[in-house]
Amino acid sequence: MEKEIILETIDLSAAYGDNWVVKSVNLAVPYNKVIAIMGPSGCGKSTFIRCLNRMHELLPGTKIKGQVLLEGENIFDLPPTTVRRRIGMVFQRPNPFPTMSIYDNVLAGYILRGEKLSRAERDEIVETSLKKAFLWDEVKDSLHKRGTFLSGGQQQRLCIARALAMRPDILLLDEPTSALDPKAQAMIEELITQLKETVSIVLVTHNRAQAARVSDYTAFMYLGEIVEIGPTPQMFTAPKDPRTEEYLTGKFG
Amino acid sequence: MSTRARRIKDRIFKATILSLSLLTLLPLLLILITIISKGYSAISLDFFTKLPTPPGDPGGGILNSIVGSLLLIAIAVVISVPTGVGLGLYLSETRGPWASLVEILINTLQGIPSIVVGILAYLWIVKPLGGFSALSGGVALAIIMLPTVARATQETLIRLPTSLKEAGLSLGASYTRTIWKVILPSAMPGILSGVLLGVARIAGETAPLLFTAFGNPYLNLNPLKPVDAVPLLVFNYAMSPYSDWHQKAWGASLVLMVFILGINITIRKGPWKRR
Amino acid sequence: MFEEKLNEIKRRLVEEASLAETMVKYSIQGLLERRADLLDKVINEMEPRMNETEVELDEMCTNFIALYEPRAAQLRTVLMVLKMNNDLERIGDLAVNISTSAQYLIERPQVKPLIDIPKMAEETTGMLKDAIDAFINSDAEKAKRVCERDEIVDNLRDQVLRELITYMTSDPTTIERAIHLIKISRNLERIADLSTNIAEDVIFVVEGKIIKHHHGEEETKGN
Repeated sequence: MEKEIILETIDLSAAYGDNWVVKSVNLAVPYNKVIAIMGPSGCGKSTFIRCLNRMHELLPGTKIKGQVLLEGENIFDLPPTTVRRRIGMVFQRPNPFPTMSIYDNVLAGYILRGEKLSRAERDEIVETSLKKAFLWDEVKDSLHKRGTFLSGGQQQRLCIARALAMRPDILLLDEPTSALDPKAQAMIEELITQLKETVSIVLVTHNRAQAARVSDYTAFMYLGEIVEIGPTPQMFTAPKDPRTEEYLTGKFG
Repeated sequence: MSTRARRIKDRIFKATILSLSLLTLLPLLLILITIISKGYSAISLDFFTKLPTPPGDPGGGILNSIVGSLLLIAIAVVISVPTGVGLGLYLSETRGPWASLVEILINTLQGIPSIVVGILAYLWIVKPLGGFSALSGGVALAIIMLPTVARATQETLIRLPTSLKEAGLSLGASYTRTIWKVILPSAMPGILSGVLLGVARIAGETAPLLFTAFGNPYLNLNPLKPVDAVPLLVFNYAMSPYSDWHQKAWGASLVLMVFILGINITIRKGPWKRR
Repeated sequence: MFEEKLNEIKRRLVEEASLAETMVKYSIQGLLERRADLLDKVINEMEPRMNETEVELDEMCTNFIALYEPRAAQLRTVLMVLKMNNDLERIGDLAVNISTSAQYLIERPQVKPLIDIPKMAEETTGMLKDAIDAFINSDAEKAKRVCERDEIVDNLRDQVLRELITYMTSDPTTIERAIHLIKISRNLERIADLSTNIAEDVIFVVEGKIIKHHHGEEETKGN
């Protein structure tokens, strides 16, 4: 069991000021699986994954307790930049860098970190990352145009390519399709199921159906706590906790 | 109410608005017409390329003051842009008592009469250096321009989505590099408009230059020596008793006005503006 | 992803169908060729496998509905797979019934040479096979032809019954064996009915209309 887990939280709590929105969460992320965290708005799921790459602490007045172990190492003992390089993130709204070309957007991590790459390495990273993100065919002839000219769905896939370019161990997806139309959403979902071959994925979503479609494990979070976690088919056909049942049948959230 | 009555009401309303807006435009139009009609005849190639001649002698131009103005603006930009952008960045990134204090100071600075700024520059630079200089004039103009640049930077940065900064940080970039490589480039159009706005503001300033740049009938590129400036020339020539100098003052006013108008149009229709 | 899962379910159903078909075939073959091993295989090996498959397929369909929220043709397909799954398992049970009767019969002398029962068996397995084919290829026409063949099997059963009644009245010692043969023909007729059900389900999946209890009637039009 031990070596099947890439990331593990131990009694992780997070607060804004004195308002603890994540309460003592224990969650294990297995290698090469998609784990979905679903729950109503305000249940703390976004805050929770923002702790996993140390983004939560960037906001003023925030607090964190507990540990997050990345392959056994507590991320709070590592430099944040190292943690974030190994744990990539894609946000709710596509946010490509408006001043950069598509090509530079994919390489943005290296450019921003000041890591020098040869021309051949750059070309290779751009191509494989865009291919992994199902975007290569659509943009291969306009790599040097600005990323902001793409459609919303394409922009989001560009952001996924940008995160993948850093070859992260884990990809955090914070409601990645909630700003997209159904077709773009379907494409990203398909993409997620493919990506798990190379990266472990934590997906936060308030879209129950999406959690059902793409994840291997689903956790239900409510009022800052993980109410229940289990294999996705089981969670959706026979949840054990009555609150999960109520959430799935649309009684709240 | 019948459609007809409503349509008439609509017409009356539109006409009122139109005439009121024309009324506000009237002074501006009058100024434009006056300056163009009076200054037009002074404009020639020599006007831009020759130095002034003594009163009574025909010909000559205002090259000294155009170059002087450009030098003053350049000094002001070099000083105020880094400080202004830095202040704007500080204000948009930090909250707390210090930041509010700085904000209040910047707002106050914006309200200080420009002649007071001129006196300050006189006390701080002209006196210690023992003479009038382009540098002192440039510093005075930089102080006047600073709040505009700082304000524009702050407002542009605040309006940038936080997701942009998050995107940079989430890739493992340090805070400083994210600011340098993502935030400032994205804010560039806004900062540039702020700088241009500041330039437009100081291009016409006369008062602070009276005790600093002082004026100079000769061409000068040394920042430690006095220089002339277009508004200064307008002031001096207009105050003089010579009618051909009056003529040149009108011409210089026209040049100044066209320059400022040009900057304003550039800010509006800036080629860097996306979409 | 969606299509893939549905195809997996369909594949599983086809496997189950061919298992059901083999069970029927073996039980009749066991009777005709007096092979106890085939009958034993049907009862002790294939029947448990059938039950397992039924449970598994049930689970797959439930998960599919819970996770993918299918709509329109896909929803009809899953719902029909659930029903077909049920029908196929019943066919398996009926094949076991035939095998049990056959086990009794093959240890005793023949009442008469068997002609109509093999014919029924052939017709019935043919119907089952065609119904499944129609499902795989979404072929409503083929499914409709399956429904029509139900009558042939019904007639054969009546014929078997009449014939055996004459045997029983002339020689009462045959009664017990004849009853087993009647049971077999009845079971075959039930299998044909279930195959017809499956064919009707296929028509529903393909065309989206329920024809159950209507076939043979004129399609109701407008007013």
